This record gives sequence, C-alpha cells and structure tokens, in this order.
Amino acid sequence: MRTALFVTCFNDTLFPNTGRAMVRLLERLGCTVDFPLGQTCCGQMHFNTGYQRECVPLVRRFTEVFDGYDAVVTPSGSCAAMVREYHGRVAEVAGDSRLAAAVRRTPPVYELSEFLVDVLGVVDVGAYFPHRVTYHPTCHTLRMLKAVRQPLALLRAVRGIDLVELPSATECCGFGGTFALKNADTSVAMCADKVRHVLGTGAEVLCATDNSCLMHIGGALSRLRTGVRTLHLAEILASTEDEPASAPRTAEGATHR
Amino acid sequence: MNGTTFLGMPAFPRAARDALGDAQLRRNLAEATRTIRDKRAEAVGELPDWEELREAGRVLKEHTLRHLDRYLLQFEERVTAAGGTVHWARDAAEANRIVADLVRRTGRSEVVKVKSMATQETGLNTALEQAGVRAYETDLAELIVQLGQDRPSHILVPAIHRNRAEIREIFRREMGTGAVGDDPADTDALGDDPHELAEAARRHLREKFLRAEVGICGANFLVAETGTVVVAESEGNGRMCVSLPETLICLAGIEKVVPRWQDLEVFLQLLPRSATGERMNPYTSTWTGTADRDGPREFHVVLLDGGRTATLADPIGRQALNCIRCSACLNVCPVYERVGGHAYGSVYPGPIGAILGPQLRGTASAVDRSLPYASTLCGACYEVCPVKINIPEVLVHLRARVVDDSRRRPLPRLEGLAMAVARWALSSPRRLAGAQRMAAAAARLLRRDRPIRRLPGPLAGWTDARDLPVPAPESFRTWWRRTHP
Ligand code: SF4
Repeated sequence: MRTALFVTCFNDTLFPNTGRAMVRLLERLGCTVDFPLGQTCCGQMHFNTGYQRECVPLVRRFTEVFDGYDAVVTPSGSCAAMVREYHGRVAEVAGDSRLAAAVRRTPPVYELSEFLVDVLGVVDVGAYFPHRVTYHPTCHTLRMLKAVRQPLALLRAVRGIDLVELPSATECCGFGGTFALKNADTSVAMCADKVRHVLGTGAEVLCATDNSCLMHIGGALSRLRTGVRTLHLAEILASTEDEPASAPRTAEGATHR
Repeated sequence: MNGTTFLGMPAFPRAARDALGDAQLRRNLAEATRTIRDKRAEAVGELPDWEELREAGRVLKEHTLRHLDRYLLQFEERVTAAGGTVHWARDAAEANRIVADLVRRTGRSEVVKVKSMATQETGLNTALEQAGVRAYETDLAELIVQLGQDRPSHILVPAIHRNRAEIREIFRREMGTGAVGDDPADTDALGDDPHELAEAARRHLREKFLRAEVGICGANFLVAETGTVVVAESEGNGRMCVSLPETLICLAGIEKVVPRWQDLEVFLQLLPRSATGERMNPYTSTWTGTADRDGPREFHVVLLDGGRTATLADPIGRQALNCIRCSACLNVCPVYERVGGHAYGSVYPGPIGAILGPQLRGTASAVDRSLPYASTLCGACYEVCPVKINIPEVLVHLRARVVDDSRRRPLPRLEGLAMAVARWALSSPRRLAGAQRMAAAAARLLRRDRPIRRLPGPLAGWTDARDLPVPAPESFRTWWRRTHP
C-alpha cells in the first residue's frame, strides 16, 4: 500500500513535531509513508471563511499531489473533513468538471486515529506515556468524521497513561478558525469553559486530533500559567521509553523542541 | 427601537460582547439550555428509529418544497371548500395589511394571539397597534416578553433570558395596573414560584379570552389534502384562541405546508421530542374551515412569502425552509448558550436564525452580513436537527455570498487582502517554504523563543486572552528534506 502523509500547512509551519511524530509512529508500525513535497494546503481556511474561489487552485494541487496513492493520512480531523466533504463542492461551484473528476479520484483521506484503527487495524501501538491525560474530541473529528471511539481506544492502550474523562467533552472549544478572530469575545468565553473543565480533571496534558484547537485552548492554558500542556495524539502515540514525547509546547519556556 | 423590532442592530460580534458581559443573562441561559438539552437527549434516546424518523422528515420536507406550488394551490382549494378564505402576501407589510383589514372588518379593537413566529417575523403586533387594534399574547413566555416590552430571544421560549425573579417583577409591575380583572393587591403578594406565576398569568388572560372576538394564530403545519391548520402548543391557551373567537386568522409562511394528513405522524413525533423533550405534544389543535354552531364563523389563512421563494431558488440554502421551529439547534449551540438570542438581531436567533435571516432578508445590513460568521461550525446543530438541515454547510455557503458581495465593493478589505496573500503563498510549495523561512527568521530576529503575547490590529483579538506559538525554526518539510534525501 502506498501511503502519503498530508501534514497540512498549519502543522508544517507551526507544529512540525506532530508530523515528525506521525512519521516515527507509522514507521515503527511497519508502514512506510511518503511525503510528497508538492503539497501545501487543503483550502479549509479559505473555504470556511467564504473565499471559495481562492480554494480552486488549492484543491487542484491537492488532487495532483496525491494522485496515485492508495491512502492519505493526516494529523488533522478538520482538514480530513474538508477534503472528504467539501473538495467536491469547490469543484462544483467553480463549474470545473475536470477538477470534479479529479476530486472523485482522490485516494481516501484518513485522520490519524482512523488510519491506525480502521485501516492498519491496530489499537496498541506500543506507546509509553506515564502522564495524566485528558482527551478533547474536536468537533470535526467527532461530528464530520464521526471518529468517536478510535482516538480513545488508542489512548487507552498506551502504557502508563492515566486517562481521565473530560467533562462536557463534546462541547466546542470556541476556536472555529477565523471565528476566533471575528468573534474573539465569544470564542474566549467558550474557551474559558473548556479550560475550566480541563483544569478540573487535574490532567498534565490535554490531547486532541487537531493542533488548531489545541493552539487555541493551549494559548489560554499558557496565558493563565496553568502548567497544563497540549499534545497532539500523534505525539503521545509516538512516545516510548526510549524516545519520550518532548518538552512542553505552550507553557512558559521553550515553544519548540 | 420598539419592543419587537430589531432595526439598526449592530453586527453580531458587537452585540455578543455586550451580552457576554451580562452575568445574569449568562446564568439564566446556561441553566435553561442545559435543562432542555438533557430532556431532549433523553426523549430522543428512547426511540430506536430516531434516525429513520429524521430522514423521513427531511425527505417529506424536500419533496414538499420541490412541489410547493402544487401543494399550496391544493391547500387553498381545500380551505375554500371548507368555508375558509386564503389570502396571499408577498411580504411582511402586505401580510400585516391583510390581517389588519380583516380585523377592522369585524369592528373589533382587540385580538387574542397564539404564539406564532410568522407574526413575530412580520411585526404584526406593531402593525395592529398602528391600526388601532390591541393584540394580547396568550402564550406565557410571549406574554412575559410583551408585558416586559422586551424582545423574544428564543423560538420556543421567547423569555428564556428571564429568570423567575425577573418575571415576578414584570408581572407585579404590569398586571397590577388596575386594568379590568386585575387586582393590584394580588400581584403585590406575588411570589416567584412557577405555579404562582402561571396562575397570575392565567387570571390575567382568562377574561381576555372570554371577551375576544378575533383570534390570531400561526401554524406549525398546513395540510394540503384537507386544508387544515395545525397549531402545536403546551399550555392550552392556543386551543382557546382557535376555538372561542368568532373570527380566526392564521398567518403562516408558505413553507409550512405538508402534503397529507398522514405526514403529521412523522412531524408530531419529531417536533415535541426535539422541542421540549416530551413524547407527545400536549395540545395539538387542528382546524379546518368553518362549521355550524361550532368554533369561528370566519376562517382566514394568510400565506406569507417574505423572501421564501427567493430562498427556494438556492439549491444549498433552501434546506433552511425545512425548519419546523423546534429550537433544538438553539439549545445545543455553544454560541447561543453564551450570548443569547438578542445578538442575532432577528426573531429567529441561534443557528437557524443565522441561516434564515440572511436569506429571508438578504445581506444588506451589518448584522445580516455578520450572522453567517456567528458560528464555529462545530456541527452540534446539524446533529440534533429533526429535519436534518446541514446548518454548517449553509453557513459556509452564505459566507461565500457575503464575500462575493464584498468583492464588488471598490475598496478591498483587510481580510480579503490577507486571504489573497495566503492563497498566493499556499499555491506552491516553494512559496510556502519561503514564507515559512521568513516567519522563522522574523521570530529569530525578534529573539522569540517564547509564545507571542501581544499582536497588533485585528490579530489582537487572539492575543487578548491567548498566547500564540511562534513559527517553528525548522518547518516539517525542511526536516523531511534533510532526513529523507
Ligand atoms: S433548524 Fe432544525 S433544529 Fe433548528 S429549529 Fe429548525 S428544525 Fe429545529
């Protein structure tokens, strides 16, 4: 099976460690991934903000870059949902039938937890992470991909983990892409409740399948000096005794490892 | 701004900021929405075939909308055959004029009303007042809004933003005014027990019912094959309004029609469980034409377009017309729960309001342009909607409409420029890598190794409460190139 990693422009630029963890994890599981260098962005930010026209070249590039692979795996539930739900729409609105045909040929795009559990058929990925962790199901992973059980099953199988349930977990954190800027007040009000629930669990680490939501919640956790760090699911799953997940990302101190 | 209109509303983010600062409102809303959300989840969870029911509801609505012209004419024909009259109104003003004329012809200056979204939409009460007619709302929550000279903030529970103590104050102030049948002494002693408040409202309304000669209602459904108006409510006041007066006038949107009597089987299961978390709707009144010595002598139905035909023409936006006004989407919406209904600047608040308002009214005003953005696209609304309206899909579609309109304006907006730059940078991996190098260099130059705590301009909205990570010194693609030669 020829598998390609779609790291997403956002992770590429801001959270490269998530991509590196993906590669390490998948290779450990005996799955070779390719990173086609022509990739850029799925167009989600433009599409969701109303700039559908600007999406067309991005969607075209996506179909070209991943053409011929058997599967695409990505560390973002919302980008996977964008490709699966809306790339066809972009082509349709643009009235571009060639592009529409290319979109239909796009290989299946999986969010990481779906790929591990549903495609590779693994739940125990041999990870070791001796920390108290709580999991926030991001909205697009939860409601668009409906990947509800996979991330939790993977986390439960991690050795040493103390996985605690997040109260009101399914409630949106208030990120919403440009919503966080356009409706900053409401966004922060929602984030405040999410932060309250996270702190209530006593977790050291908040985990999710989207770094965008984690950047938002983590930004508040960091601003409030809570000492709680955020980690993408890939980084927890890649973590082993020999190679533990590295230093905190958003707390005081280093941002990058 | 009068009690029931929203003219000159600021854009959503502004109005939301004010609402977010209202501690009492936040508490009232959080409590009320949580209670009703839990009740709904329980009532829906009981039905093993809920998903099939939703699909049936969606298919029925879609079919009806596709053949709306046919079903509307059939409805008119059946109403007429049953002794009623159908009137057609292009817009709110025409609808109000028709109703006011009908009332005037009866020679009466008072009407009793069943809670109705269509009459809220057209601002009927204000129009009647201008025509010298006093309209009494008889739904408890609607009465609270009317007496408080307030605006509705929820489709089903228009006074959801009020708590018991506030309601008692409104009743004390407004019922003890010496109007016929009111006893000031009683209202002074009024407590805030729900039963006591309901009893006060009951006494306040009783004599209005008995005196009323004209009743005005909306419709949850209009049955084409029988010419029947269906009104669903919980208090029994609606039953009184449609059966006691001599004249009954129903004002409803054209999308309320359903083809067959049997279709009610689906909707009368979907509606109560979604709306109030009840298995069955307490009072479902169905009214068909006139009958000798029973109920109204005169029966009128005013069918309102009000932007619906235009909405119907949009293949993606038209699903908003499926709505059966259950308000489940409001109750689960995390944005609505925090800012309440008034910020939406319309009688239709919450997720459905964000897709209905800008379609029925267009996107000329600041608030209507901002509504499609009043959502994180979390999808909780779509998940609960009993007729499966994909609200996030319509929101994104309407955002594109707002953006495309703004492209026609002479001055480019900052956001448009930012999006154009982003598109340029993302359109090739070389450019993206270049942008990443520049960002990393800037971070190095500013000697940032810590999160960013303050950003200028519109980006300050982020950093006011949240830190931002700096771009990584080495992007993923650079790392890959280095390690996978
Ligand atoms: S959009 Fe759906 S959930 Fe919202 S009020 Fe209408 S029917 Fe109910």
